[in-house]
Amino acid sequence: MMTEPKRVVADASDFRVARYAAAAIALSVAEAAIPSPLPGVKPGLANIIVLLVLMRHGWAEAAWVALLRVFAASLLLGQLLAPGFFLSLAGSVASLAVLAAATRLPSRWFGPVSLSLLAAFGHIGGQMMLARLWLVPHEGLWALWPIFSMTATIFGAANGLIVARLLSVDDKETAG
Amino acid sequence: MWRHAALWLCGMRPGDYALLLVAVLATGYAGRHFWGADHPALAVVRAGGKTVASLPLDRPGRVQVRGPLGLTHIEVEPGRARVAADPGPRQYCVKQGWLTRSGAAAICAPNEVSLLLEGRRSSYDSLSY
Repeated sequence: MMTEPKRVVADASDFRVARYAAAAIALSVAEAAIPSPLPGVKPGLANIIVLLVLMRHGWAEAAWVALLRVFAASLLLGQLLAPGFFLSLAGSVASLAVLAAATRLPSRWFGPVSLSLLAAFGHIGGQMMLARLWLVPHEGLWALWPIFSMTATIFGAANGLIVARLLSVDDKETAG
Repeated sequence: MWRHAALWLCGMRPGDYALLLVAVLATGYAGRHFWGADHPALAVVRAGGKTVASLPLDRPGRVQVRGPLGLTHIEVEPGRARVAADPGPRQYCVKQGWLTRSGAAAICAPNEVSLLLEGRRSSYDSLSY
C-alpha cells in the first residue's frame, strides 16, 4: 500500500527566509573578496541582514537566515567542512545565542547598534572558543584577542548603524 | 555634512552609546592585558652556574659576585638592573646597560657571572642583544 505523498507547502515566512538568506549569502561571498589580514577580521556584512530579520520578523527567522548563510556561503566558497566553516558556524551559533538574550533588553534604551555590537562579540567569542579548544590549543592564541575585539567594536557599531538606518526607512515607508 | 552625521547618529539610543563605550574600553583593556609590557619582578644573579642572589626589582640594591677573574658588580634600581662593572676583557655584559624586560639577560662569560630578569610570567625564555 502506498502512502499518500506529503505536500510541503512553503508559506510566506519560508519565502522571506529564502530571500533574506540569499541577500546574506551574496554579501558573504562579496565580502570574501576583501583581503583580510587574519581569518575572522572582516566586516561581517551578512550580520546586517540577520539583524534586520531579527528586528522585523523575530529570532527564529533570523536564526534560519544566519545558519543558511553559513552553510550556503561556505559551500559557494569551497569552504564547507573546512576549519573556516566550523569557525563561522561556531561564531554564528554563539552570536545567535547572545542575540536570543539581547532581544530581552529594553528597546527604548538599546537599539540595533547594541544588538549588532553584542552579536559581533558573540561571533568572535564563539570563534575564539572553538579555535582555542580545537584548532590552536595554545594560550598564545589570546594575543590575537585585542585585534578581534577592535574589529568587533568597529564593524559591530558600523553594521548596527546601517541596520538602524534601514529600519528608519521602514518606519518612514509605513508612516508615509 | 553635519546633517548627514545626524541622520546616522539618530539611530543611536542611550544604551547603545554605553555599550559602545564598554566595547571600546574592553578592547583597550584587552590590548593592555595581552600586549602590555611585562614588568620583571626579580633579578637573578648566577655565578659558575649556581644562583647566588635574587634581588627584587622594586627597590635599589647592589651585589658583588666573585668569579675566576675577580668581582662583578650588579646594580638594581626599581624596574631595572645592570652589570655595573666586570673584570672581563670585552665588557659585553657591562655595555648592554640597563635590562628592563623580563627574560632579558646579561652574561659575563669570562667571569662566569650572569644576570637574568624574571617576570611573574615570562614572555620569552631569554632575550639577548
